[in-house]
Amino acid sequence: MATTDIPTAATTPELALQQWLDQRLAAPAAHWLRDNVASLAGPDAGSVDRHLYRCISLVSRKLGKAPLALEPAALALADRLRPGWDPAHWTIDQAARIRLLLATGADSDSFVRRLDQLCATADIDELVAFYRGLPLYPDPPRHRARAAEGVRSNMRVVFEAVAQRNPYAAEQLADEAWNQLVLKAIFVGSPLHLIVGLDQRANAPLARMLGDYAHERWAASRTISPELWRCVAPFASGPLLADLARVLERGSPAERAAAVLALRTSPQPEARQLLDRHAALRDTVAARGTSWASVLEFI
Amino acid sequence: MRFIDPHIHMSSRTTDDYERMKAAGVIAVIEPAFWLGQPRTNVGSFIDYLSSLVGWERFRAAQFGIHHYCTIGLNSKEANNEALAEAVMDILPRYLSKEGVVAVGEIGYDDGSALEDKYYRAQLQLAREFDMLVMVHTPHRDKKAGTLRSMAVALEMGLRPDRVVIDHNNEETVRDVLDRGFWAGFTLYPQTKMGSERMVEVVRQYGSERIFVNSSADWGVSDPLAVPKTGRLMLERGIARKDVEATCYGNALAVYGQSGQISEAHWLAPAAVDQRQLFEGNSVLRGQEPQVGAVAERNELADTTLPK
Repeated sequence: MATTDIPTAATTPELALQQWLDQRLAAPAAHWLRDNVASLAGPDAGSVDRHLYRCISLVSRKLGKAPLALEPAALALADRLRPGWDPAHWTIDQAARIRLLLATGADSDSFVRRLDQLCATADIDELVAFYRGLPLYPDPPRHRARAAEGVRSNMRVVFEAVAQRNPYAAEQLADEAWNQLVLKAIFVGSPLHLIVGLDQRANAPLARMLGDYAHERWAASRTISPELWRCVAPFASGPLLADLARVLERGSPAERAAAVLALRTSPQPEARQLLDRHAALRDTVAARGTSWASVLEFI
Repeated sequence: MRFIDPHIHMSSRTTDDYERMKAAGVIAVIEPAFWLGQPRTNVGSFIDYLSSLVGWERFRAAQFGIHHYCTIGLNSKEANNEALAEAVMDILPRYLSKEGVVAVGEIGYDDGSALEDKYYRAQLQLAREFDMLVMVHTPHRDKKAGTLRSMAVALEMGLRPDRVVIDHNNEETVRDVLDRGFWAGFTLYPQTKMGSERMVEVVRQYGSERIFVNSSADWGVSDPLAVPKTGRLMLERGIARKDVEATCYGNALAVYGQSGQISEAHWLAPAAVDQRQLFEGNSVLRGQEPQVGAVAERNELADTTLPK
């Protein structure tokens, strides 16, 4: 069903979540959720903690974990209500857990305390939900340590809940934490093009670290993600440009195409000269409309 | 043949064990919360341990194609530290509704002290409140009396016997357990508890109804392949295949399936094993190539021959 059927569009992310869940849940499940949202928002704050923790755990048993499967109109609404919010890949359990969490109110002291408690005892799917919800929480700067903790997770799905399709990290993380996020994505083979704000947050220390990483991999005769060069080129000069020249000469087709995409963003005259030296490749990449989202498939 | 090990402490085991278990046909495990060999001194240790059962260990098992479930509870040994036990009772409700939690357990008696009795009863009450199954650990010492007492108290507290597993049985306890309508778990230990040879005779005598085997493998001398090895021995000794399947797979599924948290669909209609979920450098797969899809057969790891 299309969200355009809804007479009035939701005015807040939590109301949008409620609306989407109402559309997708069977009546008993929808009632369960609505009842609990109402009781969490009620005046009896003393019992909220215990009730919230129980409800959030029960979500997968009560509501299941099917995809939320939002229509384009709903995704557009999400982006209007909270710029950058992208619930395209959210599931029902994730949406419901965030809905319940947001029902407890916007007092950020209580919110942070409860979120810490929830994360301390969370199962994997709960952690994914809590990290995907980061852009919706009150008082955004207060969740920086939480986001950095998610980046440290050894469970890839948890890391990617912060790193991919989530605007929070680019908006809030300091350079040190941001650079760790990008390095870790490269390190674990997680695609960079799903990281929101990758180009805007590029910085010289990150380019240096990625260059060093490339040399480590070359020394060990291991492969390197072509996407790495995206964050290097804007700051490439001297040895980093020499690295890009090496990729253009000796890289795989995807790496060479990535080097072309990267060098196109470089302000250096030497970058232009490098591209001229590989004009045929440069023109092929342009003619095919290769982008960072498709470069891994370049052959 | 597929196997379920419905009582095994994987947190204490290595990745070699996971690989061998998968190769030997173990498709799912249930990890009961228990003690760590030395007593914990504060509730934070319990929080981190219980969180690892619903989080990290479940994730780790999945990397090897094994479905991981758990039970949550305060074990009998640590029930003897009253201040700690009170704090643990406060946090247990936070875990009981998590995904993959199939029962309250393993709980019961060790020494049979008053404090053990107090927290056994309190957790039986919790199981009733949360409408959950119970896994009961029976004591090593004074086993028969301890087993009878465990069942009497469970009934007194209003638990239905078909929703309670009495574990670590032997030839002396099994009749009483079955007669009262409980499920009878048998733990196969290389040196103590039951051996595979004795288990074959138990099944020959009592059949396979409500009887099932487990390894209880942990940080001590124990064998994570005990279930497949015993299944194989049963077949060799002429036990009917349906009885082997019931005692090594189907009965565990039947009793814990009542929780709604473990289902054959999890492996018959599975998400592909995706070892890319792992992190190099700080992962359980250090330096190996991730395997995507089916975990490769490692026959040399799957020798389930019993030592002679």
